[in-house]
Amino acid sequence: MDTRVNLPTNEKVKISVRDLNFYYGGFLALKNINLDIPERKVTAFIGPSGCGKSTLLRVFNRMFELYPEQRAEGSISLDGENILKSKMDVTLIRAKIGMVFQKPTPFPMSIYDNIAFGVRLFETLPRVEMDERVEWALKKSALWNEVKDKLNQSGSSLSGGQQQRLCIARGIAIKPEVLLLDEPCSALDPISTGKIEELIHELKSDYTVMIVTHNMQQAARCSDYTAYMYLGDLVEFGPTNELFMKPKKKDTEDYITGRFG
Amino acid sequence: MAATLPASSYSDKKNMERASPSGDPPGRRRVLPWADTAFSILAQGAAWITLLLLVGIILSLVVGAWPAIMEFGLGFLVSTEWDPVQLKFGGLVMIYGTLMTSFIALLIAVPVSFGIAIFLTELSPGWLKRPLGVAIELLAAVPSIVYGMWGLLVFGPILATYVQIPLQTAFSDVPYLGALFSGPPVGIGILSAGIILAIMIIPFIAAVMRDVFETTPALLKESAYGLGSTTWEVVGKVVLPYTKTGVVGAIMLGLGRALGETMAVTFVIGNFNQLDSLSLFQAANSITSALANEFAEAGEGLHQASLIYLGLILFLITFVVLALSKILLSRLRKGEGSRT
Amino acid sequence: MSAFATMDAARMGMHRKRKVMNVVALTLALGAMAFGLFWLIWILIETVRLGVGGLALSVFTESTPPPLAETGGLANAIVGSLLMVSLATALGTPIGVMAGVYLAEYGKTTWLGAVTGFINDILLSAPSIVIGLFIYAAVVATTKTFSGYAGVLALALIVIPVVVRTTENMLSLIPNALREAAYALGTPKWKVIASVTLKAARAGVITGVLLALARIAGETAPLLFTALSNQFFTANMGEPMASLPVTIFKFAMSPYQNWQELAWAGVFLITLGVLALNILARVLFRNKH
Repeated sequence: MDTRVNLPTNEKVKISVRDLNFYYGGFLALKNINLDIPERKVTAFIGPSGCGKSTLLRVFNRMFELYPEQRAEGSISLDGENILKSKMDVTLIRAKIGMVFQKPTPFPMSIYDNIAFGVRLFETLPRVEMDERVEWALKKSALWNEVKDKLNQSGSSLSGGQQQRLCIARGIAIKPEVLLLDEPCSALDPISTGKIEELIHELKSDYTVMIVTHNMQQAARCSDYTAYMYLGDLVEFGPTNELFMKPKKKDTEDYITGRFG
Repeated sequence: MAATLPASSYSDKKNMERASPSGDPPGRRRVLPWADTAFSILAQGAAWITLLLLVGIILSLVVGAWPAIMEFGLGFLVSTEWDPVQLKFGGLVMIYGTLMTSFIALLIAVPVSFGIAIFLTELSPGWLKRPLGVAIELLAAVPSIVYGMWGLLVFGPILATYVQIPLQTAFSDVPYLGALFSGPPVGIGILSAGIILAIMIIPFIAAVMRDVFETTPALLKESAYGLGSTTWEVVGKVVLPYTKTGVVGAIMLGLGRALGETMAVTFVIGNFNQLDSLSLFQAANSITSALANEFAEAGEGLHQASLIYLGLILFLITFVVLALSKILLSRLRKGEGSRT
Repeated sequence: MSAFATMDAARMGMHRKRKVMNVVALTLALGAMAFGLFWLIWILIETVRLGVGGLALSVFTESTPPPLAETGGLANAIVGSLLMVSLATALGTPIGVMAGVYLAEYGKTTWLGAVTGFINDILLSAPSIVIGLFIYAAVVATTKTFSGYAGVLALALIVIPVVVRTTENMLSLIPNALREAAYALGTPKWKVIASVTLKAARAGVITGVLLALARIAGETAPLLFTALSNQFFTANMGEPMASLPVTIFKFAMSPYQNWQELAWAGVFLITLGVLALNILARVLFRNKH
């Protein structure tokens, strides 16, 4: 379905998706997606299980390339360059686009090393500057106060909510431009969820954020724009208020009002 | 502590906390790009080593055995002559010994291991399950030389006094069975070797069988219990049918181990290169024992080549048995669903 | 209550038969358990009893004596075993780990991965005396001498399949999400494996190495015609070298009293070492999980 986005003209486009088709083997999982992602805003993807929202997210940082039977056709332009066909090393592309997963995935090392891991891949920082970077990343993900005295402890010694914020800090530390959040709160309790939603609000002043969530209320709380997907199609996309109050398509309205789930 | 952050041209007092620290965004890969290729070549090379190992073993065995293969051909398999002086060799004594001891070992070990595995999975109280399971696994790790030595110096004499002599006197007049129990009852021979081998492989087979039984989904067993089945019925009608390929695979794995075992057998088999009678009490020889005892001093030439020929035969037999067991065990694993 | 009362005789009979069957079968299982354990415990007790009796400081300080001598020990055999076992583990572990890495991280869809995994499991249970024959042909025959190096090679060939199998299993247990998190940062594949995946599986891999070490510590057959044996002390790997298992073999099969006593002491030492390594491996593994 072609839902050429009508972003208000004062919104800058960060990522442009054109005619994206995605295959698992012979199965067409994403059908002709066309979409513009606005810069420095939070865009939420909602839809019932199996609609393709996580699949779409994972195309943006070419995570699907790890699995030989998955492939994407079409174009995804980040600041004008098509990252699907770019000759640039995929690791540099991934450094520009950070990702946080459903379950917290701390690396088997200290909190400090977790954050420093990504930075060390691309920059040689003297110890003092690395300390500063680690502190900065932890502050931005609202974790600094809780861990500043135990940076040498293992990442897995933290609670679930803290681990997830650690993963966010880890992703921010390499200074990406885009942040992909794949159901980041689904494994967390409501209090941790609240903290992360606050964080998302903070983060969008510096990053373009895309979040997949199966929780419609979360999308309504956190995002500026929302995309509703169903069975691989992008059904509707628009400013969150409009999509939830006055959806343009009946399918969207049915999902939002809970007529099916 | 905003004071520790370096001043940045983007920041003003209000946005101090949001300023990004100095340092350019990643424009260059710091990590060496050829490291990826080098690492994957190393990994692939290591895999090839394993493959080449097998090829190397088969090749060296064939090359080493070639003089004997040329000289005796397939008749080697059915001849019982073993004359290092006249250079006439035939492997039937050893082949028979290997097969017979393994057969006896399995005969004893399989039911016992089966019982142990059932006990571990269904009968044992919770607090006992893990210690016992660990005990079995530790026992499987005891080196075979321990069993061999114990067999020769402790068990053999006891077997002679309490089992062999009574059996011999009991069956002395029975026509066919009597022949089975004739021969010098001194605690060595095929029976002794078979029993020692059995004791040795019991923990091994029991551990594998236990793992196999544990693949049965709890839900399946609970459904049976829920219908009012007794424990034995759950085992016999649910667990066993579900795991039958795995059970056979476990048995074959044990057989493969038994066939290739050297030390547990060599001590008590008697190293006697003749097959005068079918008595279980008679000293005999197995392929591994023959190799262990004779190879180091065997002169280069037909004697050594014949021994290597035996080794080749043994390797081929165990290869087939182990390959079959692997296929059966992995067919069971496929049944429980694949892992990412 | 009345339902039971009206259950007809046939059903009661069947019910009773089933109960009896159950008790019989389960008693047999218990009996099998006791039977198996009985022998194994007896063996261990005898080993301890006869082995400890032969232990003395001289076992560790003096080399193997001639038959019927008054003094003597197992020093050369102990040192030989320590040398060969540690070198073999040092040689076989990197190869085994890398091959395990290949199977788990690169080769899951390739024919090389499938074939190697299959072959590896067969080599795992293959007769170790055949490995000895192979090294004899490849090394001893070509260098025209039995040597400690040949023994090391033979033992290393036994270490490799064990380490491959445990490394592959442990790596496969690591969830994909952890790998993806590293990739998402822009980490190249080799660094994902080396710095994240292997590190996460570290405890299991080390356990595998310890188990391989324990296995070769007790192996006799592969040393019989590679390192052979040596009645004198030597630390020269190019010469034939004594080892505990081979020495025990020689001594136990002999009719000499002093040799047999030393053999029991040796068996006790090996069993102790092997069990200690196994327990260590288990404790290590459990602590990390």
